Amino acid sequence: METPLFTYTLRLADNALVLGHRLSEWCGHGPMLEEDLALANMALDLIGQARNLYTHAGAIEGKGRSEDDLSYLRDCPDWRNILLVERPRGDFAFTILRQFLYAAFMHPYFERLAASKDETLAAIAAKAVKEMAYHVRHTGEWVIRLGDGTEESAARLKEALDDLWPFTGEMFEVDGVEQALIDAGIAVDPAVIRPVWNGTIDHVFGEALLTRPRDGWMQTGGRRGEHSEHLGHLLSDLQFLQRTYPGATW
Amino acid sequence: MYAQALNVAEKAHADDPELRARFQARVDAEEKIEPNDWMPEGYRRTLVRQISQHAHSEIVGMLPEGNWITRAPSLKRKAALLAKVQDEGGHGLYLYSAAETLGVSREELVEQLLTGKAKYSSIFNYPTPSWADMGMIGWLVDGAAIMNQIPLCRCSYGPYARAMIRICKEESFHQRQGYEIVMTLAKGSPAQKKMAQDSLNRWWWPALMMFGPSDKDSQHSDQNMAWKIKRFSNDDLRQKFIDATVPQGHFLGLTFPDPDLRFNAATGHWEHGPIDWSEFNRVVRGEGPCNRERLKARQKAHDEGVWVREAALAHAEKRAARKAAAKIAAE
Ligand SMILES: [Fe+2]
Ligand SMILES: [Fe+2]
Ligand SMILES: [Fe+2]
Repeated sequence: METPLFTYTLRLADNALVLGHRLSEWCGHGPMLEEDLALANMALDLIGQARNLYTHAGAIEGKGRSEDDLSYLRDCPDWRNILLVERPRGDFAFTILRQFLYAAFMHPYFERLAASKDETLAAIAAKAVKEMAYHVRHTGEWVIRLGDGTEESAARLKEALDDLWPFTGEMFEVDGVEQALIDAGIAVDPAVIRPVWNGTIDHVFGEALLTRPRDGWMQTGGRRGEHSEHLGHLLSDLQFLQRTYPGATW
Repeated sequence: MYAQALNVAEKAHADDPELRARFQARVDAEEKIEPNDWMPEGYRRTLVRQISQHAHSEIVGMLPEGNWITRAPSLKRKAALLAKVQDEGGHGLYLYSAAETLGVSREELVEQLLTGKAKYSSIFNYPTPSWADMGMIGWLVDGAAIMNQIPLCRCSYGPYARAMIRICKEESFHQRQGYEIVMTLAKGSPAQKKMAQDSLNRWWWPALMMFGPSDKDSQHSDQNMAWKIKRFSNDDLRQKFIDATVPQGHFLGLTFPDPDLRFNAATGHWEHGPIDWSEFNRVVRGEGPCNRERLKARQKAHDEGVWVREAALAHAEKRAARKAAAKIAAE
C-alpha cells in the first residue's frame, strides 16, 4: 500500500516532470531564440524539482526505488499528475497560458510548503519558490502581450483559455490522502491558495483583456491515475530506452 | 539606420591605403578592432560571413540533439542534454549579437539561413538515430568545434573574440559530458557497446571534415591569417584533433573506422587514411541525409513564430503609445 506521504510527494513530482517534459518539447522550435531559451529554462526548473521530489518519494517508500525507477518504470495508472500538465504542448499561446495557470498556483503553494513539517519537502519547496516566481512573471508578461497584442494572438489566447480552464479545478482538489497530511502540517491546503491564485489570474487577465470563464464543470482523475489518451504517448517517448534495454545503466 | 550610415562611411574610405596600413599595424600589434573602428570592407564582410555561419550552426545544431531530449534514458541525462542544447541556443544568441555589431540585423541573417544563402556547419546534416549519438556529438563535434574555436578567442575582432571565450568554456564542458556518455555506453552491456561503436563509425569521418578542406584546396586562408581571423591551418587543427581524440577512443576500447589509422613514432602524430572530400562537397551542396529536413524545421519554427513576434511588437507599440498619451495628458 502507498502511504499518504508517498502518494502526495509523487503527485508533486509527476506534475513537475510531465510539465517539464512538455516544455522541453519546444527546445529548438521556439517562436524566437530568446523564448526558446526561456522555455528550456522553465523546463529545467521543473525537471530539477521532479528529481528532488522523486528521490524523496523513493526514500519515503523505502523500497530502494530511485528517481529513474519512479519515472521510467511506471505505467499510466500509477502516474499521479493532474490532467492539465499532460495536455499536448499546443501552440505558444497554449503553452504559455498553461504555464501561467500552473505557476500562479504553485508559486504560493511552494511558499507555504516551505514551512512543511516534512523538512525535505520544505527544503525542496524553498528552492522552487524562486523558480516559480520567475515562471509567473515571465508567462504573465506573455499572457498580457498576447491578449493585448494582435487580433490573432488574442484569438489564440482565448482559444487556449477555453481549452485549459476545465483542467484548472483539479489543482484545488483535496482527498482523504491529502486531508490527513494537511491536518498534520505536512501538506498545503489548496483552499488557502485559491484567493492568491484568483488575485494573480484576475490581475493579469485584466491587463490581457481576457475574460475569465465561469467556474463550471471541471475535469478530474489524474491524481487518482485516471489519465487522458496523451500520457501514454508521452511515456512511450520518455521511457523508450529504459523499456528497450531493461536494467542497463546510462 | 546606424548600419546604413556605417556602410556609407566605410565605402568612402574602402580603398584608402593609409587607413588600411594603420588598420593592419593595429592587427599586427594584436590590438582588438572594435565596432566603431575603421576596417576594410573585406574584413567586415568576411567576419559577418564567418560569425553568422557560426551562429547558424549553433541554431541548426540544436535540432539533431533536440531529437533526444524527450527520450533521454535518465532524468539526469535529460536535464543535462536539455541544458546543453539550451547552451547552443545561447551561443547562437551571442554570435548573432556579435555579427550585429558589424551592421547587419539578426532578421537579415536568419533570412539568409532560411533562403539557403548562408551556410551552416555540414555536420548537422547527419541524423541522430541512436542515443549514443548524443555522446558522440559532444565528444567529437563539440571537441572539433573547440579545436577550431580556441584560436578565435584571440581573433582580431573584439566582440567575436569575447563571445568565443565564453562559448569555448561551455563547449569544453559539453565535450567532457559527451565523452562521459560514450564511456558509460562503452562500459555497459554488449548492446550499449555496439550502439557506441556504430555511432563512432558514422561520426568519425564527418567530424574530421569539420576542419574544412585541406590547406592546399582552401580559398581565403592567407588574407584571413594576415587579418588574424584565422591563426592555424585546417590541416594543423585537424591533426591536433586526431592526436587528442584517438587515444581517448582506444581507452574506451572503440575502433576508429579507418584501416589506415596508425601512430607514427617518429613524428609523434596519428596518421589517417584519405578523407572522402566528395562526400563533404555533396553534403555542403545540399545532398546530405538531413539538409532539407533541418532547414524545413527552422523554417517551420520561424513561420509558426510569426504571429507571436507580431503580437509582441504590436503590444510594445500600444504600450509606448499609451505612455506617450499619458505624458501629454499630464503636461
Ligand atoms: Fe555551441
Ligand atoms: Fe560552436
Ligand atoms: Fe556545444
